[in-house]
Amino acid sequence: MGSVVPKPKSQPKTIADFPGLQEMVPAMRKEEARVESSRCLTCFDAPCVTACPTHIDIPRFIRQINSADPIGSAVTILEANPLGHSCARVCPVEALCEGSCVYMGWHEKPIQIGRLQRYATDVLHGERIQPFTPGKDAGKKAAVIGAGPSGLSCAAYLRRLGVAVTVFEAKPMPGGLNTYGIAEYKLSKPQSLEETELVLDLGADVRFGVRIGKDIQFDKIVREFDAVFLGVGLGAGQALGVPGEHLPGVYEALPFIERIKAHDFSAIPTGSTTVCIGAGNTAVDVVTQAKRLGTPKVVMAYRRGPEDMPAYEYEYDLAKGDAVEFLWHVVPVQVLGTKAVTGIRFARVTEKGGKLVPVPKSEFDVPCDRIVKAIGQKAQGDTLRALSGLDLDPKGRVVVDAKTLATSNKKVWAGGDAINGGKEVVNAAADGKRAALSIYKAVTGRQPVPEHGYWISTIEGRGKGGAAKALSY
Amino acid sequence: MAPRKHSPIKHGRKPLKPIAPEPDLTANCGGIKSPNPFWLASAPPTNSGPQIMRAFDYGWGGAVWKTLGEDPAVINVTSRYGAIDLGGQKIAGFNNVELITDRPLADNLKEMYEVKKRYPKHAVIASLMVPCERKNWHDIVKRTEDTGCDGLELNFGCPHGMSERGMGSAVGQVPEYIKMVSEFVKEVARTPVLVKLTPNITDIRYGARAAKAGGADGVSLINTINSVMGVDLDTMVPKFAIDGYGAHGGYCGPAVKPIALNMVSQIATDPETRGLPISGIGGVSDWRDAVEFMLLGSSNVQVCTAVMHYGFRIVEDMRSGLINWMRSQNFTKLDDFVGKTAPRIVEWKKLNLHHKTIAKIDASKCIECDLCHVACQDTAHQCIVRPMDMGGKGRLPTVIEEDCVGCNLCSLVCPVESCITMEAVPTGHAPFTWEQYTKNGFKGYKEVYKRYHEPQKTGKKS
Repeated sequence: MGSVVPKPKSQPKTIADFPGLQEMVPAMRKEEARVESSRCLTCFDAPCVTACPTHIDIPRFIRQINSADPIGSAVTILEANPLGHSCARVCPVEALCEGSCVYMGWHEKPIQIGRLQRYATDVLHGERIQPFTPGKDAGKKAAVIGAGPSGLSCAAYLRRLGVAVTVFEAKPMPGGLNTYGIAEYKLSKPQSLEETELVLDLGADVRFGVRIGKDIQFDKIVREFDAVFLGVGLGAGQALGVPGEHLPGVYEALPFIERIKAHDFSAIPTGSTTVCIGAGNTAVDVVTQAKRLGTPKVVMAYRRGPEDMPAYEYEYDLAKGDAVEFLWHVVPVQVLGTKAVTGIRFARVTEKGGKLVPVPKSEFDVPCDRIVKAIGQKAQGDTLRALSGLDLDPKGRVVVDAKTLATSNKKVWAGGDAINGGKEVVNAAADGKRAALSIYKAVTGRQPVPEHGYWISTIEGRGKGGAAKALSY
Repeated sequence: MAPRKHSPIKHGRKPLKPIAPEPDLTANCGGIKSPNPFWLASAPPTNSGPQIMRAFDYGWGGAVWKTLGEDPAVINVTSRYGAIDLGGQKIAGFNNVELITDRPLADNLKEMYEVKKRYPKHAVIASLMVPCERKNWHDIVKRTEDTGCDGLELNFGCPHGMSERGMGSAVGQVPEYIKMVSEFVKEVARTPVLVKLTPNITDIRYGARAAKAGGADGVSLINTINSVMGVDLDTMVPKFAIDGYGAHGGYCGPAVKPIALNMVSQIATDPETRGLPISGIGGVSDWRDAVEFMLLGSSNVQVCTAVMHYGFRIVEDMRSGLINWMRSQNFTKLDDFVGKTAPRIVEWKKLNLHHKTIAKIDASKCIECDLCHVACQDTAHQCIVRPMDMGGKGRLPTVIEEDCVGCNLCSLVCPVESCITMEAVPTGHAPFTWEQYTKNGFKGYKEVYKRYHEPQKTGKKS
């Protein structure tokens, strides 16, 4: 070993200083992928395909890996889901494809579908191959508002159908939450960006840093384009509604994660104690990353018990594995401190007649120097209504037709978190695909050419259309 | 709004390159054209029109109809298939005692006509088998060709049941019969004729030569191999049994591929049959198998067992794999590689005795299972040793290079990919074959490996 020069203390920390933030699940080696892919039974009408919202032909892409065709495998994946590269890393596979593997009902571990998918798309991205081409010019143009998962998916299919696409994005980079809001150890920014590049390379015209209603009016977009896809996601984080909430040291979950994703470690001091309010999947991303940043004590506080926490069980396991502490059945009543956060006061709650009520005289304080609010994002209700005049449901979500994703405005379609209130990347990708097909049909009045048969069949997850034709013989 | 290139995304990767255009997969076997080289072999998957049309919808380029015969149609037994599983791999080998079609000839012909009408671009080939009389063959050829089918395949290969009745492999085992029946067929056939050969012979070249002499436009091989799948050790009846009795069946599936590849290459390189179109059959399960058959001289391939295992859908991956492999090799059409490897299969006497390879074990990859050591020690050339057997410590095997004969065994038993590699060692000697050696009065061979050596002594006690 050569001599190691100790780093001066003043030097800013880099991602290399935080091994826990680096990719947690290891990539599969070629040999491992070959062995794991050979375990797949290649089920017909496979439950994993049904469980995937984008209905990727999983047995097929696994067979393709097994027969040394990783590029073909990646194409099978990305045909059904342009976000397949990030979904391979961030999908709750335990709850979706892998959780439905037929091996689950037998004596075997399920196929590691997520890691195999990642193996295939990594090969494609490693070789820097663009396997798709834009479709023949359909003579129509669509606007996609928001370059997050649903918008990107919609843009990908519209371009492949030959529709001109302009994407409006408020942030300086595409990818939405994939780029800005997912735990660093699951998906890094460059991985998200290389995925967006494969989509935008199909000739989408992207306007970054453009906010609807400020830099450009929604009505103007609707007027100028043949169709508009709204994939604006959710709005700001929910407020705690307690005194002291605005003290320095109180963060919202997504901006907190965004700084980690930006590797802006000077803006996120390690601190001594971090308290996270909320117990969803984003809250887990917060507490695990706080721990992995080196915070000695990290507490997750939730108003109900672990049996009711919204996070997936394996996410909870992840937090437990990172030695996060838990406070159940508590609600914050006050953020303590004068110039900055010094602690938080909780009250215990109990359930009475379905409602949570504070337990009298149960208040207690937890000293801390950082509080992160992860109690969900607000739907963009009022903003959206004012901007677009679209019909919204009482929770502020855009109302759409379930089959076509058309909104109350006949030129506007919507998908992703803006219509479902916050689900997975893979749900947004499925929405974008569904909307692209209905937009194409609406603006051109035509059916797509047969070359698009495979990905269109994955919208509803049915088998190939051709088979029915032969069976009718 | 003028189109504008999106702002560069800063992720430090190289620029994207578009994928190469799709190569032309159009195949031509003896004048039978198909949109791709993947055909279904004459077998249960091609038993009916609806099956074949469904297969075409999935992307199969052609289908050889389940063999047609004369009415009354045959009767099949129930319990027809058996399989060999190898470890976790189901159906490494497959066998059957099913006969030719058990449906009336008129039904099959009507459906064949319909399929051809609906799928004009796909290849529909009628497999035929009738008694060895001119009139019988003339009749069925004429009736079949009236359906509009693209070609005929004469089934001289079926090794069970039909052979007892003087058809199938009973014809394929006698070159004179092959030639005679081929001539009967060619007297009236308007479409190309392939002769399907049986591997249950001593030398496949005689059958191929006879087919060529009889005027056949090509050969297809291999049909199935005589086989008995096993015995149930509890009941001591054959696997599988029909009311307690078994009969030999036809063996196929992944396990038979090397036998088929050999026979294909023999026909492709035989001076008498070189250039005779070949439709390759035998254990084709994915695109790599297909490419191997084609490199050794097949114009296309036929598939059965893999389809019976997984369904028609596998053709999608076969197409994709072939296309991406052709892209990687810069091939634009099948003829760019069909037969490319055939000249590299030569007689043993023409192999270079001065070529030398030795095994290299990558210690960083070795997991110390020591299978290479025991294989070499007990069954090969005693050149892989371990410190623990030499009075030292540790299990890590190493190769005594001067004792290694480059046999490959260690690299074959090693479970870790590219841990043991066989590396060429330049000997500095000009190529020298057995043929030259014998012509030269058994002189001129340079000892490139140690031929006579004491077995390596191992074990602490010795």
